[in-house]
Amino acid sequence: MNNRYYYLLLLFVSLAAPFVLPDYRTQLALLWVMVIFALTWDVMGGQMGYNSFGNILFFGVGMYACAVIQRDSGLSYFPALLLGIAAGGVIALLLALLIGNGLLGLRGHYFAIGTLGLGVAAGEIAGGWDYIGAGSGMTPPLFPTELTVRDTFFYYLFFIWALLTFFSLHWLYQGRFGLALNAIRDNEDKAEAMGLHTTRYKVAAWSVAALFLGVTGGAMGNLIGFIDPKEVAFAGSTYGVWMILMAIAGGKGTLWGPVIGAVVFHITQEIFWTLLLGWQRVALGALIIVIVLFFPQGIMGWVRQQFPRRIDSDQLTSDQLTSDQITSEQIASKQRIPDNPRQTHHQRKNKQSHPL
Amino acid sequence: MWDNVSILIDAPIFLVDLLVNGILIGAIFVLAAYGMALVWGVMNIINVAQGEYVMMGGFVTLLVVKAGLHPLLGIPIAAGVLFITGWVLYRIILYRVVDRDIFISLLATFGISILLAQLFNQLFGADVQTIDAGLGTWYFMDGVVTVAVTKVIAFSLALGLGLGLWFFLKRSRIGQAIRATAQNARAARILGIDTHRVYAITYGLNAALCGAAGSLVVMAWAIHPYMGLPYTIRSFMVVIVAGLGNLPGVVLAGLGLGASENLAGFILGTEFQIAFVFILMIVVLIWRNRSLKRQRRYLK
Repeated sequence: MNNRYYYLLLLFVSLAAPFVLPDYRTQLALLWVMVIFALTWDVMGGQMGYNSFGNILFFGVGMYACAVIQRDSGLSYFPALLLGIAAGGVIALLLALLIGNGLLGLRGHYFAIGTLGLGVAAGEIAGGWDYIGAGSGMTPPLFPTELTVRDTFFYYLFFIWALLTFFSLHWLYQGRFGLALNAIRDNEDKAEAMGLHTTRYKVAAWSVAALFLGVTGGAMGNLIGFIDPKEVAFAGSTYGVWMILMAIAGGKGTLWGPVIGAVVFHITQEIFWTLLLGWQRVALGALIIVIVLFFPQGIMGWVRQQFPRRIDSDQLTSDQLTSDQITSEQIASKQRIPDNPRQTHHQRKNKQSHPL
Repeated sequence: MWDNVSILIDAPIFLVDLLVNGILIGAIFVLAAYGMALVWGVMNIINVAQGEYVMMGGFVTLLVVKAGLHPLLGIPIAAGVLFITGWVLYRIILYRVVDRDIFISLLATFGISILLAQLFNQLFGADVQTIDAGLGTWYFMDGVVTVAVTKVIAFSLALGLGLGLWFFLKRSRIGQAIRATAQNARAARILGIDTHRVYAITYGLNAALCGAAGSLVVMAWAIHPYMGLPYTIRSFMVVIVAGLGNLPGVVLAGLGLGASENLAGFILGTEFQIAFVFILMIVVLIWRNRSLKRQRRYLK
């Protein structure tokens, strides 16, 4: 029950933030974008064990779709923005459905490198396609009122969207869908043998990520005000890497991990990276190596190691490090599955073979 | 696009020029792909930083030329410097990931790749740089087919190094240790092979091959700090098409990739050449996987 007060406090802080720190509204809006990045990456990377390096594709596609509609629809700003954002989400979703079937047949590192190529290829194509401005990029229409109103507007837009993402994923992970994703992560062949349509679940998970990312991309283009194909829309070396890093740093395979990772990463980045004067991206590479080598379980994983008692049983299924043990224990205790007949057979056999 | 195709149909001699140059460029991809196949086969690591070693080899050669030496001397120097770099990176970073989950090593090498690319961007600037090796160009068929001598050198060097690598792995003591470790690292350790040393040498050898490739790239083409990823993807694709442990296949696939890429660059326009490489890689992956799926298997 205490949780409810924490949630309310968080809600209050988030709602008040742009008025408490008026100078940092853009950064605060970006914070929610980072949260969405990490959450959507974790659908595939954490829950399903498919480490995608190219989710930035959907972000960029949504951004371009929104900008094209704003340019060509002839509507005034807000209806065009709404239509563009929705179209961005839908087009990203359709793209995920289209390519998902072929690409998600790949496993492990093949999938990782395939998606890595996909993200870069999208940036290269956008950089050479005249219809969407080629290398010089696109400029979404100007926000009709002054800048501070614009930042506040986008802050709340991203805040609401991040909340929606969080609670949709919360709802999805609780049901059969989340269990299916975890089954695919733990052992895909077994999951398939048990009768799960793994490909369907995989494509569905990718489409969920694509939908949320596409909408975010559409709105993000308007917040930034300029769409560069390789530095903003398909920015694999910044956003594309950050989303992986944030999810891992927070603890992949958990719901709160990516959120915590995103907040910690974004705040650290805003405070310290201006001090590095152009060496930020070098530091990013070093940070990836350090986190992957010494801290792969993330903040949530670390907390669970330190305070194992604090875990309530509902969250156990999504624990990534000890998933095998815990799920089987939990299933045994909850559903009272009888002992594995094969095991007892083996034991019997062993007894016979060692009569002494 | 169709204009370019009709040019090729009207004047097939351009096609010959494109294919010859593509095959010669492909030899450079073969060099980097050798290294990737070696590391993948022996250490079970897909080295995403492959292209960055190519880039580093190019910059080392650039420094050698600035110091007043002949560009061809840059090839062994780049290979040597990169061997040490690879060795050091293994001793600092990669020995921690060699036995772990493949995703960890993938992400760690990805981190190395970003680190090196950004470091060289800071040190040398983002400009495209090249060297004129001063070796001249050969002309055939009334000057329509042009072949730069550096590309011929690159081609013969790639084949020579491939042959040398094959003999090294077959005949030398350390080569036998590398092959033993690739077959069964645990058994090799029991038999007294220092597998960490073998891994370090393998990784250094990979970096050295890439370094040699990079110094050929800077002479035959151009380099800039962010050129790494396409080379990684190219070598990955070549290894996938050839299959692991198939050195003649690597040569053929690399040369074929060079030719098709050069052709696509002409037809689609050079701005789409990199995109073509990446899309081709995805198509190859899906195609390989589809053909395995009939047997209820997948790429491992």
